[in-house]
Amino acid sequence: MQAVKYARAESVEEAVSLLQDGGAGARPLAGGTDVIVQARERTRDIDLFVDIKHIAEVVAIEHGNDGSLTIGAATPCYEIYGDDSIAEKFPILVDSTSLIGGTAIQGRASLGGNLCNSSPAADGIPSLIVLEAQVEIAGPNGRRTVAVEDFCTGPGQNVLDSGEFVVKLHFPAPAAGSGARFIRFIPRNEMDIAVTNAATQLRLDGDGNVTWARISVGAVAPTPLLVADAAAAIVGQPLSEDSIAAAAAASSAAANPITDMRGSIRQRVHLAGVLTERTIRQAAERAA
Amino acid sequence: MVTAQSQPQSKETEQYNVIGTRPIRHDGVDKVTGAAQYGADISLPGMLAGRVLRSPHAHARIVSIDTSKAEALEGVLAVITNADFPRASDEVIDTGEGTAQLNWVLDNVIASDKVLYKGHAVAAVAATDHHIAEDAVELIEVEYDVLTPVLDVRDAMVDGSPLLHDSLHTGEMDGSKSDNPSNTASHLQFTKGDLDAGFADADVVIEREFETSMAHQGYIEPHNGTAYYRADGTLDIYTSTQGAFVVRDSVAPLLQLSPSQVKVTPMEIGGGFGGKIPVYLEPLAALLSQRTGRPVKLTMNREEVLLATGPTSGTYMRVRMGAKRDGTITAADVHLAFEAGAYPGSPVGAGAMCALAPYDIPNQRIDGYDVVVNKPKTAAYRAPGAPQSEFATESVLNELAEELGLDPLEMRLQNACEEGAQRADGFTYGIIGNVDCLQAAKESPHWQSELEGPNRGRGIAQGFWFNIGFESSAYAQVNGDGSVPLVLGSTDIGGTRASIAMQLAETLGISAEDVHPHVVDTNSVGYTQVTGGSRTTFAGGWAAYECAMDIRRQMEERAAQIWECDASDVSYGDDAIIRGPANEDGNDQQFTFKELAAQLVTSGGHIVGRADVNKTSSGPAFATHIVDVEVDPDTGKVDVLRYTAVQDAGTAIHPAYVEGQMQGGVAQGVGMALNEEYYYDDSGDLKNASLLDYRMPTALDLPMIDSIIVEVPNPGHPYGVRGVGEVPIIPPAPAVRAAIANAIGVHMNELPMSPRAILDATVLGGD
Repeated sequence: MQAVKYARAESVEEAVSLLQDGGAGARPLAGGTDVIVQARERTRDIDLFVDIKHIAEVVAIEHGNDGSLTIGAATPCYEIYGDDSIAEKFPILVDSTSLIGGTAIQGRASLGGNLCNSSPAADGIPSLIVLEAQVEIAGPNGRRTVAVEDFCTGPGQNVLDSGEFVVKLHFPAPAAGSGARFIRFIPRNEMDIAVTNAATQLRLDGDGNVTWARISVGAVAPTPLLVADAAAAIVGQPLSEDSIAAAAAASSAAANPITDMRGSIRQRVHLAGVLTERTIRQAAERAA
Repeated sequence: MVTAQSQPQSKETEQYNVIGTRPIRHDGVDKVTGAAQYGADISLPGMLAGRVLRSPHAHARIVSIDTSKAEALEGVLAVITNADFPRASDEVIDTGEGTAQLNWVLDNVIASDKVLYKGHAVAAVAATDHHIAEDAVELIEVEYDVLTPVLDVRDAMVDGSPLLHDSLHTGEMDGSKSDNPSNTASHLQFTKGDLDAGFADADVVIEREFETSMAHQGYIEPHNGTAYYRADGTLDIYTSTQGAFVVRDSVAPLLQLSPSQVKVTPMEIGGGFGGKIPVYLEPLAALLSQRTGRPVKLTMNREEVLLATGPTSGTYMRVRMGAKRDGTITAADVHLAFEAGAYPGSPVGAGAMCALAPYDIPNQRIDGYDVVVNKPKTAAYRAPGAPQSEFATESVLNELAEELGLDPLEMRLQNACEEGAQRADGFTYGIIGNVDCLQAAKESPHWQSELEGPNRGRGIAQGFWFNIGFESSAYAQVNGDGSVPLVLGSTDIGGTRASIAMQLAETLGISAEDVHPHVVDTNSVGYTQVTGGSRTTFAGGWAAYECAMDIRRQMEERAAQIWECDASDVSYGDDAIIRGPANEDGNDQQFTFKELAAQLVTSGGHIVGRADVNKTSSGPAFATHIVDVEVDPDTGKVDVLRYTAVQDAGTAIHPAYVEGQMQGGVAQGVGMALNEEYYYDDSGDLKNASLLDYRMPTALDLPMIDSIIVEVPNPGHPYGVRGVGEVPIIPPAPAVRAAIANAIGVHMNELPMSPRAILDATVLGGD
């Protein structure tokens, strides 16, 4: 591990200022479950950690009167899956946050951190994508908001500029008849990185027609994908074996993976379809 | 030392007092409270932090190493390379579960002219803290001439393959060597009967090829080594090792010291499974300490453990086996090519001897090849060589049963070795529990149950392992209160303090709690071989038995002295009552153990029992495993639903630890079966050098493993002990393979049978 400095920011403005002054070697620190390991293993050059998890709005969970939700970027996973209202209205966030790392990691790890680590295999991001999350970013020029599907730009890369960090994530209220599900495939039953993962949110009307859907697959491209063709394959009709198969085929077609120690190209292309199918079926169960 | 040989006797018909009970382990409180001291816990005054520079290439010639910038860094006290060690000869030294040429031991510890695997140590530094040491290794400039890596045994064996060692020639069993240098270090062959006639007799012949990946032992504690070279020329080493004496006898010649100058203290160990027998860090720490005059501690991180310590061999294997319609196996032809890693010494010999060991097959040929490749030098791993070779043979046997429409368990019973059967390598079995395990499996609730549901299947496999004996020592002193400290040289990995102490207690007729076992350094106990080969409870227990018999004799003599009678008139009973002749008044004279212990100090001093045993015999171990799995046909994932392990323990000294060994072996065997593999790219870079991506099973990946202990006492041990640690890793892979075939109709010929491999063999339609 290289020698690092640590600074605790008390406000968003102080954090931005510390990050700006720190330059390229400065890094926001939330739970640290990725960045501390990266510093220790010298896979990322870090000489200053700016701790953002003592800023109130960065660790807050707020439920809007309209059913919307705001989660501070550094809010640890266990607080998210332990929130009864989230479990009721946004169970897909429980899917994701309860399988990122083990119990000890979940005490520190956050959705904001998972997003900013920008791994193609991140288990938080597909759920954020299908929930239409908006990412609120603070920086030297004030605040801006980015749609989550536009946030990652490549493996370990994202839209954050120098001095910027993610403050919070905004989720619109799910419309009536909505259901969402996230699943990942790993060779074991815990403690693993997704070979492929997928999330679906869909909306059913009273007649069982799918009126709206978003489908995302991960670990099959440089960034988690929003697969519009997969959603289009099921919208406007009741779910059927044919429509689900068409959505699965669309996800497989959208997949552009690599072969590595976690999976092969054709395994991941195949799993993109399998997991799309499974998330559609299980999202529909939650919608019903 | 005890000179009189006690007559070994089987005590199977007796009711033991201590053996077979489940006392709390003596070292348990320290371990669960965190007080136990492991190698990384060592801190000595003035201690320096060491760090190793490792090769980024799998195969390269070292053109030059420039350490000047590292040496100039503030806080760096020494930088060493291979050239700083005394020149090592090609003498062969004992390395625990094998032997090795000293110069190859040194070159594996730190590369000389070539690096032979990614992660091969190239230089080491000692600095005032580990941050400086990390910075220093990055300042060492190494120029490499990168060579083509050799990564597959079949490629390595071809004429014209790049050579790892210009001086390596293929050795044959008759002692001859090949004219040309080769990557094939040795070839061995065992034959029996007439192979062609045997296949001619067969109604069905099945031939299969198998590939298995290198697999790591996966001990949780990384390697470590701390050395302090003292001003008087003596060297202290503290390390995590399965064999303190092996460390002593490896480090001493590398530094050209006498064994008497080297003291090795074995710290508590966080797992070994064979992988903590070789030396890696200890010689480097020793030389760095010699250079600096200060203690030096080296520790590995997980990546280093996976890159640069010894896994078990990956293999290419081919098995042809023939049987009559009634299930009689008539012939078997086995070809085994094992990766040795960078230097000779794969476990192919043991694999060859085990390959067909459970079966009485009249016509056999087993060929084994030890082949060097640009991967880490393999080390022992729980029944070294047998999980691979028996995976191949058990798999073909299962397919023969399937082809013939026979029950695979019945077909095994039909062909099973019994007392008097001879293996192809010439060994003739005494009393063994091979059939007993199969019978117990047949009668088990698991085998008797029905398996229902789609994509589910059941498999069975048999396993054999030799176990070994060899040298163990013990001292024990009788204290005035009747307590007995017991001094041992065996690192306690699987509860052997308890299992050895229990055999001392049984022999003395006292409780396990009155014995206090201690594992000590190499200057404080007689020579003791490694904790490995399933030998520790066997040979350590035998030493404890001899030690206790020595105490019994001395206590008889002491009682005779007190009673002023002849020692031959005093007898120490198994009930721990020392009885003498009637006294002048005609009353019987007797002492309990504690009564006599209380009189020792005033009657001539304490009694110390001693023993040093060296047993060439052992007790062969057999096991039968049954597994149910469910395969997800869409993802290729295999879930283990139910598992039953049956095993002959001889006598189960501490049944809970026997069960623990059985369950642990199954867990590792299932890991090798399903997900564990060394995943290399074409350049020889190990891409999964972490426990995230080197996938051992977790608690959520296994059901509770049922264990059925069979006891066929080993007539070659005072208490009938056979080793128990190794054989349970052997049957899981072929049993799981059979269960997968039973579930989805596909026979997998590669290990691991990962989701990727299963998808490739099923819905993705082969290569």
